[in-house]
Amino acid sequence: MIIAAANSYLERAPLEWRDWAVNLLPVPLQWLTHHLITIVGVLAVFGLFFAFTTVAERKLLGRLQNRLGPNRSGVPKFSILPWHLKHKLFGLTQPFADAIKALTKEDIVPAAADHVLHFLAPVIVVAFSLMTFAVLPFGRNIIPVDLDAALLYFFAAGAATELAIFMAGWSSRNKYSLLAAMRALAQLISYELPLILSVVPIVLVAGTLSTKTIVVNQGFWTFGFLPHWFIFTPWGAAGFLIFLVAALAESNRSPFDLPEAESELIAGHLTEYSGFKYALFFMAEYFGLTALSGLGVTLFLGGWQAPCAFLEFIPSYLWFMMKLVGMIVFFIWVRGTLLRLRIDQLTRLAWQFLVPLALLNIANAAFWVLTSHWSGPLQLVRWAVSLAIVVIPFLVMGRSLTAGYAPRTYRYAP
Amino acid sequence: MTFALILIAVLMLGSAAAAMLLRNLIHSALLLILSWAGVAMFYLWAGAEFVAFAQILVYVGAISMVVLFAVLLTRQNQVADMLIEPATRLRAISAFTVGACLAAVMASAILSSHFRPPAAAAPATDVKQIGLDLMQHHGAALLIVGVILTVALLGATVLAATEAKRNREDTP
Amino acid sequence: MTPLHLCLLISTGLFCIGLTGALARSNTILVLLGIELMLNAANLNFIAFWRFGPATSQANGMIFVLFAIAIAAAEAAVGLALIIAVYRHQKNIRLQETSHLKG
Repeated sequence: MIIAAANSYLERAPLEWRDWAVNLLPVPLQWLTHHLITIVGVLAVFGLFFAFTTVAERKLLGRLQNRLGPNRSGVPKFSILPWHLKHKLFGLTQPFADAIKALTKEDIVPAAADHVLHFLAPVIVVAFSLMTFAVLPFGRNIIPVDLDAALLYFFAAGAATELAIFMAGWSSRNKYSLLAAMRALAQLISYELPLILSVVPIVLVAGTLSTKTIVVNQGFWTFGFLPHWFIFTPWGAAGFLIFLVAALAESNRSPFDLPEAESELIAGHLTEYSGFKYALFFMAEYFGLTALSGLGVTLFLGGWQAPCAFLEFIPSYLWFMMKLVGMIVFFIWVRGTLLRLRIDQLTRLAWQFLVPLALLNIANAAFWVLTSHWSGPLQLVRWAVSLAIVVIPFLVMGRSLTAGYAPRTYRYAP
Repeated sequence: MTFALILIAVLMLGSAAAAMLLRNLIHSALLLILSWAGVAMFYLWAGAEFVAFAQILVYVGAISMVVLFAVLLTRQNQVADMLIEPATRLRAISAFTVGACLAAVMASAILSSHFRPPAAAAPATDVKQIGLDLMQHHGAALLIVGVILTVALLGATVLAATEAKRNREDTP
Repeated sequence: MTPLHLCLLISTGLFCIGLTGALARSNTILVLLGIELMLNAANLNFIAFWRFGPATSQANGMIFVLFAIAIAAAEAAVGLALIIAVYRHQKNIRLQETSHLKG
């Protein structure tokens, strides 16, 4: 049954269509066309995904705040259809309206700004955010570039986006932009360490840096319905939690959105950007979030694997998308729920809490690998010790780091 | 193949030369970062992917941040803050002659030496083999580099931090 | 001229650009950047010999370059911390003025 699902028509459809299109052309052009189709496919899918993430976020946040999100933009009044389409489409065409607005807004650049850097910063940040999509396995055998050192490539491309934030802050010749850029950089650098450290246990257990192999290693089911995703192990769960927090901080999202909060230094390092360039930064942030969610799905949630053996008839790329949507909805939920952290609170959280926990998690994963030959009742001991290595330091450090602060009191409106 | 190498070389050497010549310190640092990215592209051309990604992660992702922060923290004054004082002519001319002579000597040494015929394709090393090599044959070096990095981190923090306290105590 | 010769000439060029920059500029940060260029040129040499040297399945060239990148990062961090400390003392970063220990 597994073999039948892996070869079903829907599963093989994207690759077969691409190969059919490539084979229509003469041999010298085939390599170029193969990769162009891959790139255009990724851009189209994730471009639309970005558009609908923005409207989903606004509507979900609205619902969390007891209001409706945007629901006014529909199709224009004069449609080519013979009857008059009046429905507002629940606000789903909002992203296209926003895109037209951003494109037609005046592009104001300060006279004293460094024009070359001011122009290059949004370009570089979008380019490197898109480059991180190249190593995510979207489905069985559907991966744009199959690299042996895929994880290292992902983090290298993510690290290069920080440079663009500095360029944005400095080229505006605005001291508030510069201060905000340096704060944003401090936040990004602080959280890069827990992000990378939380992924090291996965590399330890899977024995490879290749994302494709890591997903394949999560493919077994015990009793047919308990998946072997890494999140269902103690070190995987701890690593996933650290990864979630670090991913929220790396993409400047609430509760770590100090760099772009409006009550802070206006728009922070993006103060002097308007129109399409601002939209490009916004797009880069969402692409970064989607890429990090995709990485989280790949490493911890089993990638394109189905949760139960009998659900394998649903194609693998649909499973990936469903898990991705689940993570993005979780991030939107967290944005609507938690309060913003101050810069000193965020850096304290990173350096004094997440980094030691991530290092202990690596030791935890090492213990797990070394005791993989234990069986029977010893398995319970293995799980118990593994959980203890993670939970006890979490509680101890949590208590000791918040010592001295009075318990939080909530005052509600009468 | 060689055409790609020439392009990468032009990018790398051109941006490095421009970085050393410009007066604006931030532009100089950013062009140098471009040069480091060019070096990473060379590594990719040569088939050393792991090293290329490590170069981008460390140089473009981390060392560039340290350099830019240092440039911003040591700005002199508002008007001429990003300008560098022009090097005196004599020092510049003598440095240039030294560089040119060294380049000539090394180029003649390289061009007159014969190497054994190279392998046809890049040596096939995958990440697993690099990891095994690092841990088994070069385990001691790995641990020593870890200690060096820790000591450097602590030293840099101490150096950059202690002066502030003394400055605050000096001013009445 | 084999590809190996071309790669070695390129790394020589990078090394000499770095050397000229380190000797000619009076701004300490630019001197440090010149030194970083020289380190990169040496790494280029290693990878050129790893790729075009006699056929071997060893990864020694890559491992040396990895260690060199790590050490360069440590050196850049310490060097820039020193520059910040010197700046706090003499309020500018001209290399010629850092001569208090001169006899």
